Amino acid sequence: MNILVCLKQTFDTEERIVVENGRVKEDGVKFIINPYDEYAVEEALRLKEEHGGEVTVVSVGPSRFEEAIRTALAMGADEAILADDPALFGDEYTVAKVLAAIIRQRPFDIILAGNQAVDDGSGQVAVRLAEELGIPHISTLTKLVVEGNQVTGYRDAEGDVEVVQATLPVLVTAQQGLNEPRYPSLIGIRKASKKPLTHVTAADLGLNPEEIRPRTKVVDTFLPKPKQAGKILQGDLQEQVRELVQSLRTVDKVIG
Amino acid sequence: MDFTLTAEQSQMRQLVRSFARDVIAPRASEIDRTDRFPRDLIRQMGELGLMGLPIPEAYGGVGADYLSYVLAIEEISYASAAVGVILAVHTSVGTFPILYFGTDAQRQRYLPKLASGEWVAAFALTEPDAGSDAAAIRTRAVRDGDDYVINGNKVFITNASDADLFCVFAVTDTRRGKRGLTAFLVERGTPGLVIGRKLEKMGLNGSGTCELVFEDMRVPAENRLGQEGEGFSIAMRLLDGGRIGIAAQGLGIARAAFDAAHAYVRRRRQFGQEIFQFQGVQFMLADMATKIEAARWLVYHAAVLRQNGQPCTREASMAKLFATDTAMQVTTDAVQLFGGYGYVKEYPVERYMRDAKVTQIYEGTNQIQRMVIARHLPRA
Ligand SMILES: Cc1cc2nc3c(=O)[nH]c(=O)nc-3n(C[C@H](O)[C@H](O)[C@H](O)COP(=O)(O)OP(=O)(O)OC[C@H]3O[C@@H](n4cnc5c(N)ncnc54)[C@H](O)[C@@H]3O)c2cc1C
Repeated sequence: MNILVCLKQTFDTEERIVVENGRVKEDGVKFIINPYDEYAVEEALRLKEEHGGEVTVVSVGPSRFEEAIRTALAMGADEAILADDPALFGDEYTVAKVLAAIIRQRPFDIILAGNQAVDDGSGQVAVRLAEELGIPHISTLTKLVVEGNQVTGYRDAEGDVEVVQATLPVLVTAQQGLNEPRYPSLIGIRKASKKPLTHVTAADLGLNPEEIRPRTKVVDTFLPKPKQAGKILQGDLQEQVRELVQSLRTVDKVIG
Repeated sequence: MDFTLTAEQSQMRQLVRSFARDVIAPRASEIDRTDRFPRDLIRQMGELGLMGLPIPEAYGGVGADYLSYVLAIEEISYASAAVGVILAVHTSVGTFPILYFGTDAQRQRYLPKLASGEWVAAFALTEPDAGSDAAAIRTRAVRDGDDYVINGNKVFITNASDADLFCVFAVTDTRRGKRGLTAFLVERGTPGLVIGRKLEKMGLNGSGTCELVFEDMRVPAENRLGQEGEGFSIAMRLLDGGRIGIAAQGLGIARAAFDAAHAYVRRRRQFGQEIFQFQGVQFMLADMATKIEAARWLVYHAAVLRQNGQPCTREASMAKLFATDTAMQVTTDAVQLFGGYGYVKEYPVERYMRDAKVTQIYEGTNQIQRMVIARHLPRA
């Protein structure tokens, strides 16, 4: 089975975010595998253990991504492709185009990805990619079963479970709860440095940077307002309700 | 000089750091309190590859370089100095002797078991009347056909409560002084090997420190490590590396104490402000941080020299001396900065201080390190 995993490196969610000149500052920040992608890597390794085959990690981003990719290789992935040519960077539209171009060059049975990245949180890349490739997708899985050509995905539906079936080839995205990602082992880390990591450029992929340029623009980046101290309403019940309604209308403007 | 870690070294350190934080740290206080050897943790460390980190892959190890191993001891000791010493003794003076001085048969037989953590190793040199003066040991080994018969006793043997293999030093020729010492590999369960009393210690609880008694213990000649008379030189060569490991242990303890103290002084308020705002407190932290930084580079420098096969006896002793003295000073200051709370067991700093003390004593006391350094000074 040829198993592909889309992987992004993101901020450690425990990092403090500093915005400077409309951009999130990256100096000295710890980066990790996007946690949702880590579930995807783990699931890919489990599929490989069950069905045999190869796990290939595909990624679009700067060369610092290598660290996250090496971690996935140390967990047990077999090889990796990183598009670190800045001409290939852009928005969700661009990234999906680039991933599709990489993936079209190779055989695959299943593509796994995170349901979203914890930094941008747009949740678009994977589903756009399925669309680009013209294959079905099942998103936000908490359980995945592959038997022969049959793929069964389970996902949370407001407390119930929704069961979705498809046939290979298919793209699926991982939700928290899909699995418990393994630690890479120390021997895995040693082996990872000998596994192939291929860098690709726009030229390698036959992509014209002009045609894949982003369709969206980030206009502003800002931090949420710091939380204000709570206010305890005084007086009898009547007065408290009056004050509450008034401030919801005028201070927080959440009712008209 | 460049100490930038390779991608592999920093990834390994990151993995060990997460493991130490998630798995070992939550157990550290219980291990200290119960003085129970954490065999279950050792098994998990084995699965991760930690128990055979610098052992070649051909013998079931990870084949990492020496600096990676030193970084691992530092990170583990940050969480628990006891687990740190278990690992350091197991590897530096328990497993390396077989790798460096063992026959092919000995390596095949023992290294895979030790590297996987299935077996734990110990190093038995010190005796009641021979500590710093290790050449004065009196344990006797007498050749008898295909065996040696060993009689005597050892004290302060780390890991002994649980060890499966002991590297034991004994006298085979009483006329030749330190050239009359020989090393042996002794398996647990060997008739005549008695694991004696477990010593109640000030700190480093859980590291299974016991006395050993040998009563007509029969060890097959094939379990002799190296030649007769090579024992002392084997022990001394192992200790160079061993000292770098203990230096890394001291560094890990010092860092843990510093981080705890630093966090505390930014929380604790007296006289209407964080106590960090007082210059008297800031100067203490500045000195602690500076000593730790200096210790770090001494330790890594010695490790890199050793890794490159360069002479490092003096540098190893300097690293051991400075890093463990730093551990003692920094942990003492950390207790001071915690005030009364530093003296009670709810906080970890009193444990750090108790654990730090022994790093100035074992693998050669710090007086002995000074002797070694002085002996290796360049000619004036
Ligand atoms: C927790 C713990 C674990 C240990 N683990 C092991 C182990 O696994 N295997 C093992 O073989 N041993 C082990 N040891 C033993 C340790 O290495 C010895 O305790 C150490 O070498 C000191 O020997 P000693 O205790 O006999 O002290 P002594 O040698 O009697 O020293 C007493 C004091 O005299 C000083 N002194 C001695 N000679 C000189 C000198 N020439 N110049 C100046 N000062 C001197 C010493 O520095 C020290 O301050 C361990 C000890 C402890 C406490």
